[in-house]
Amino acid sequence: MKDVSEAFTDKKALITYICAGDPKIDATEAIVEALIRGGTDLIELGLPFSDPIADGPTIQAATQRALKEGMNPDLFFKLAKKLPGDVPYAVMTYYNLIFHRGIERFVRDCKESGISGIIVPDLPPEEAGELHETSMRYGVHSIHFIAPTTRRERIERITRDASGFIYLVARLGVTGAREDLKEETRSLIERVKTPIPKAVGFGISTPAQVREVIRSGADGAIVGSAIVEIIAKNKDNIRRTCEEVERFTRRLKEGITG
Amino acid sequence: MNDSSERGKFGRYGGQFVPEVLMPALYELETGYLKYREDPNFQRELDTYLSDFAGRPTPLYHAKRLSREYGATIYLKREDLVHGGAHKLNNAIGQALLAKYMGKERIIAETGAGQHGIATAMAAASVGIASEVYMGVTDMKRQQMNVYRMELMGCKVHPVTSGSQTLKDAINEAMRDWVANVETTHYLLGSVVGPHPYPSLVRDLQSVVGREARAQILEKEKRLPDSIIACTGGGSNSIGIFYPFLKDDVKLYAIEAGGSGLRNTKTAALHSASLSTGSEGILHGARTKILQDEYGQILESHSIAPGLDYAGVGPELAYLAETGRIIPANVQDDEALAAFHELSRLEGIIPALESAHALAYLKKAEGELEDLIIVNISGRGDKDLKSVMELQR
Repeated sequence: MKDVSEAFTDKKALITYICAGDPKIDATEAIVEALIRGGTDLIELGLPFSDPIADGPTIQAATQRALKEGMNPDLFFKLAKKLPGDVPYAVMTYYNLIFHRGIERFVRDCKESGISGIIVPDLPPEEAGELHETSMRYGVHSIHFIAPTTRRERIERITRDASGFIYLVARLGVTGAREDLKEETRSLIERVKTPIPKAVGFGISTPAQVREVIRSGADGAIVGSAIVEIIAKNKDNIRRTCEEVERFTRRLKEGITG
Repeated sequence: MNDSSERGKFGRYGGQFVPEVLMPALYELETGYLKYREDPNFQRELDTYLSDFAGRPTPLYHAKRLSREYGATIYLKREDLVHGGAHKLNNAIGQALLAKYMGKERIIAETGAGQHGIATAMAAASVGIASEVYMGVTDMKRQQMNVYRMELMGCKVHPVTSGSQTLKDAINEAMRDWVANVETTHYLLGSVVGPHPYPSLVRDLQSVVGREARAQILEKEKRLPDSIIACTGGGSNSIGIFYPFLKDDVKLYAIEAGGSGLRNTKTAALHSASLSTGSEGILHGARTKILQDEYGQILESHSIAPGLDYAGVGPELAYLAETGRIIPANVQDDEALAAFHELSRLEGIIPALESAHALAYLKKAEGELEDLIIVNISGRGDKDLKSVMELQR
């Protein structure tokens, strides 16, 4: 099992998101392999939740497709165990699924299935104590968010407890591909001072944006909806999906390295 | 706003399970509320709106024929007479005014039956602030007139097509809007659900119902009631009337929608009885009792009353049910429908289908209730005439 921090060792990281089970349960493994061939440094695997309030229409639709296919936490961990060990994995899901499974059991399942990071967009530090503590005990990183609205004292508190990497929310709003990259993103990257790697997500969808956030001082760029859109477009043709995902990932990676 | 010792917790329920981007806005709202609550100008303005705009106090009406039918002394708290036809305005006007004092430019809200949307549109128009409301398309079809009412008052109604296209999805969509526009926008949450400070804020604004009822019953009967019955979806009308009686020896019944039976399919509950049958979980920013499947996916809920059709319940009610202070119970669609007809016929008051659930408990609990009873008529039934007519055919 690779640790999420390895994605940032001596390099800038491309982090890609897909929703497990979208468009079919058995397509996920092939899509993951395509992401790896394209050069992703870390994969964020979405565990679909029925009411994803931090996600925009693209990922919400992926979530609904995956749930319809029968994706659930049991299947998710079974699937995660089979994935290639070339890159580290983090799970992205909503807190109710973790709470319902039992925090300790969820973290243990992550550990045992090769997932070394847990990303929960509806769990601010005020409520995250138990998950953070349990994750630490198991050597899994519970990833913290910082948003453009997060004020200085709060940034200091969040960076102090952070582990693995810090997820910087590029803009106000939900996930989803956007064309512009705002000044607020650049200023956020500057405001957050920490030795822990900073990865920027929410609205990052093109190689040019990836290049821009990296040049602005981020250690990683997170791309989700743009990849999920490719999957949605070709949902009946997995081979084609994989080819396009690989090609797109390679272009994103050029944004990181070039 | 008290009881909430640690970040808005009621026992282990409540809390703030929201994206980081919203946390500063929740702190800002809490600070703003605590500040303006003590501000005599704000209080005076709110009192004027409640009396001259909303029409408060509402009567506590001795329903004689209903009393005779059940062999008890039954009073109705007439929230159906609040401007707009439901208790929802008590909260909406308070929050709209608060938003204005806090310098927000825009109010957003979710609505199920349309009652909270209408209350929001009315409140926003009267205090002079822009409003937009999210509503599931299923609900929009069920409540076309309410959509038109909102539009007449200058409110923009956004159809929600995701998920089950009802209240739960409208809340999801309103939260997404809020995340994107948090600096200029106040989210006017319509019930005692969601992250802290909403459950306390909405409860405080709705507890005017209970304060009035307490003074009125003491004046009329020279004693406190034995029981108070209120319907419970998210729970704002029930906690509103219960709250000023919590320390008294008064039985408090929270009546949930039993729908077409307390059963679930794989993805849906045939009811909305989260207090009676739900389990602990996190929904829309709060830890509370929710309807969920074996993995923690939220189930779709059902009720003939759209305002009760919700998979969660306010965290404070979950807490009060657990400590035994309130008594959760439920009645099914057909029982509520019978009570809807009964009150119309006996008293000349057409209750909302939501309130009809509270009324139906009179029959269901016959013999169990002691003599002096208050039933909260949370809203009037005009909005439900079309769906009741269709059911009749």
